[in-house]
Amino acid sequence: MMADDILLEVSQLRIAFRIGRDTTVEAVKGVSFKVPRNGTVALVGESGSGKSVSSLAVMGLLAPDTTVIGPSSGIRFDGRELLSLPAAERRALCGKEMAMIFQEPMSSLNPVFTVGSQIGEVLRLHLGMGRAQARRRTLELLDEVGIPDPAVKIDAYPSQLSGGQQQRVMIAMAIACEPKLLIADEPTTALDVTIQKQIMELIASLQKRRAMAVLLITHDLALVAEIADHVVVMRHGEVREAGAARQVLGEPADAYTKALLHCRPRLDQRPWRLPVIADYMKEAEAGERQRFAGGDIAEGQGVTLLHPLERERGYRPDDEPVLVVNNLSKSFYLREGWFGKREFKAVDNVSFTLARGRTLGVVGESGSGKTTVGLTLLRLHQATGGSALFEGRDLLSMTAREFQAYKRRIQIIFQNPYASLNPRFTVGQILLEPMRIHRIGADDRERTAAAYALLEKVGLPVAAFQRYPHEFSGGQRQRIAIARCLTMKPEILVCDESVSALDVSVQAQVLNLLQDLQDEFGLSYIFISHDLSVVKYIADQVMVMRQGAVVELAGSDELYRDPKHPYTRTLLAAIAGRA
Amino acid sequence: MTAATLTGPPAGLWTLAWRRLRADRVAMLSLAVVAAFLLMLALSASGVVAADWEDEVGVNYAPPGFVGAGVAGAAPSVALPEQAALPDNPFDPLADDIRALKAQLAARADAAPARARRATLPFGGDKWGHDIIKKTIKGGETSIVVGLAAAALAVGIGTVFGALSGYWGGVVDDVFNWFYSIFTAIPSVLMILAVAAVLQQRGVATIVLILGLTGWTGPYRLIRAEYIKHKGREYVLAADAIGASHWRKMFSHIFPNVSHVALVQLSILVVGFIKAEVILSFLGFGVPVGVVSWGSMLNEAQNELILGRWWQLTAAAIAMALLVTAFSLLTDALRDALDPKVK
Repeated sequence: MMADDILLEVSQLRIAFRIGRDTTVEAVKGVSFKVPRNGTVALVGESGSGKSVSSLAVMGLLAPDTTVIGPSSGIRFDGRELLSLPAAERRALCGKEMAMIFQEPMSSLNPVFTVGSQIGEVLRLHLGMGRAQARRRTLELLDEVGIPDPAVKIDAYPSQLSGGQQQRVMIAMAIACEPKLLIADEPTTALDVTIQKQIMELIASLQKRRAMAVLLITHDLALVAEIADHVVVMRHGEVREAGAARQVLGEPADAYTKALLHCRPRLDQRPWRLPVIADYMKEAEAGERQRFAGGDIAEGQGVTLLHPLERERGYRPDDEPVLVVNNLSKSFYLREGWFGKREFKAVDNVSFTLARGRTLGVVGESGSGKTTVGLTLLRLHQATGGSALFEGRDLLSMTAREFQAYKRRIQIIFQNPYASLNPRFTVGQILLEPMRIHRIGADDRERTAAAYALLEKVGLPVAAFQRYPHEFSGGQRQRIAIARCLTMKPEILVCDESVSALDVSVQAQVLNLLQDLQDEFGLSYIFISHDLSVVKYIADQVMVMRQGAVVELAGSDELYRDPKHPYTRTLLAAIAGRA
Repeated sequence: MTAATLTGPPAGLWTLAWRRLRADRVAMLSLAVVAAFLLMLALSASGVVAADWEDEVGVNYAPPGFVGAGVAGAAPSVALPEQAALPDNPFDPLADDIRALKAQLAARADAAPARARRATLPFGGDKWGHDIIKKTIKGGETSIVVGLAAAALAVGIGTVFGALSGYWGGVVDDVFNWFYSIFTAIPSVLMILAVAAVLQQRGVATIVLILGLTGWTGPYRLIRAEYIKHKGREYVLAADAIGASHWRKMFSHIFPNVSHVALVQLSILVVGFIKAEVILSFLGFGVPVGVVSWGSMLNEAQNELILGRWWQLTAAAIAMALLVTAFSLLTDALRDALDPKVK
């Protein structure tokens, strides 16, 4: 790269956050990377890797009173050193020469202004356009980012647009002033898979058409493969590996990059156990490979001597059904006008059979009703119709008192481990509570012993017992939530997007844990997820839902090999990294 | 968090909150001021200090020592004419009784030789020559107790109503909301006077009841909103899924997570009720005769001020301002320290 070709050069960037009067935590530890003009660079890493903090530093969006940027740090943009620019000049650059799009379009747009006025504001502010001129330009921009019927949508409020359309509006706003650099911070993470694909294609085509540079921040390596020229892999505030995308993704040199590439379940393989980061880091340290006979773990198979290479999935004819759901329906009623109400069918005539010791995957995009199915089965929502037979008894028509006895046998693990644990309870209280309620164990001493055993089972130190949930990371919290369910020795476990909020490496660990528990206790899972690769890995049977109805229900191998319904095919085609 | 941090001593949320509070200098200063007031309250209630506040140690309206005795408007400049100057009224049917009383008084005055009344007092004296500093301390006893007890009552009622209303929603919520609307539709002073008229006796307990029964509306509204917000949270759904009872979910799961709202409301109301007691006493619905409070002091001060005797007003106002300011700052800091959004 010639020096002139480089639009943005970050060198030795060090950023620390003040957390107390004189304590700081270093989030970025000497990161350097370059973004060429007209090129796409991806910053890849898991949460806490410092990738977002680095990009916010480039934009100058870090709160000055809580952040300390190291004295040796440098951010050169288009020949100018940004860190020594006065604040006013820097602000003028933002939005005009470089622009940013954020993860959550819903919270990045102001809900009380129309999208047209929000884009127009950028144009009038930075380019000094008049009202009419700005409106004309806004229409062009909306058209360019692929909003259907821009003449109508220009006067719409953000809440009247879908998530994908909102993100398109954000992109329109970002490119309004024809910036030289577009920073996209996890632009598709909050969106459905099919929308994700469209947004990434839009960013790629805009980059080419407008000859701008794109700095893409993401945790998803598969996404990177499709769009980026260069990849920078970050972990714990340091750059682990950097280079051309083809090289980094094809022949990763760093153990961490390898691990990231292989921890995600793949559609074409189903290893007995998913490899986790620790496997790779250990291997990198000791060169120890003997443990993994039968396959090279660098190829992502993580196979042990005890098991065959791949896990068989699917229902067998002799499987014993544990839960039979017939025509499950759930409607919500929206008030309309003074007396009228409108029915909204969240779940519409869903039927399936769950076999003992098997996993049913439920797949769908947001609003497909997949979560509602789970909540209704646990009676956290009242079903409108249908039945769920468990040992021949209908769970849905029981009285609350009768159902109390069944509660311990059907349990749920929620999506967000940060929200599903009461922050004011210690882990001990969290684990003992269900046992006390259901009178499991003779006294508290016995229950405590059981809780200790469970902590060990889910891979947490016994010392966790006295601690509060906020002291744990996301993956550890999800283990606590799993342990809480296990205290009641349930037979059916509903996993509602249970691994979606976790980092790729942690996701693999939790999936392995769930699989081990199924092998050991013969648990049956209803595994709800939007992530088709994860479902392919864990599920025996897959149910695809759309707008409350089941569009396809088949064995998981069969469904992925030969999808019958066009919607299933669309979903499968949208998976990033799939040829 | 790594295994290394897991081996340290466990820090609960309260420990963390205390740590955050301690790091805040303003908070610690205001905490010290509030603690000093509470200590003073304890000492005066147990009779260690200011037990003799009713002794008439100074001359009427004795000026503060630092002002000096000779200031205009300080000592009564117009000496009251001697009682003896009044001639006996031969037509007075009570003349004999009065004469007897006068003789009795004179005899008592001879028996206990009148202590020399001081011309000045450290911070002046009131109409009867009471020491203002002691009077302020004694008055604080009433005012602070009224503030704390009434605020506790109001927040207690508000929390229970708010929890029931927010958690159950639907008809329960409607009923409570109607009740709330009726309460808040009546102007607050009128409401207070109405309750005072119904209770019909004056005393500290009555003031606590009046303020508590009329002040629950604010906490009710906030706690209700918090319960509505929290009842759909995943941790409550999780509690439901493990079979926790409604009561358990309401008070053992949700309440600790919204307790900061109740606590902050408590301290805001303490401040408000100390002021409200002043207004009540000022209007004559407050503490009974013979009990002193900051409010009754201010009530007396309105007449004195015209005569240029500012010290009683100043003493009560300074004490109140100091406590109220310190309490407000402490409240603010408490709110920040107790916010459960810990990482």
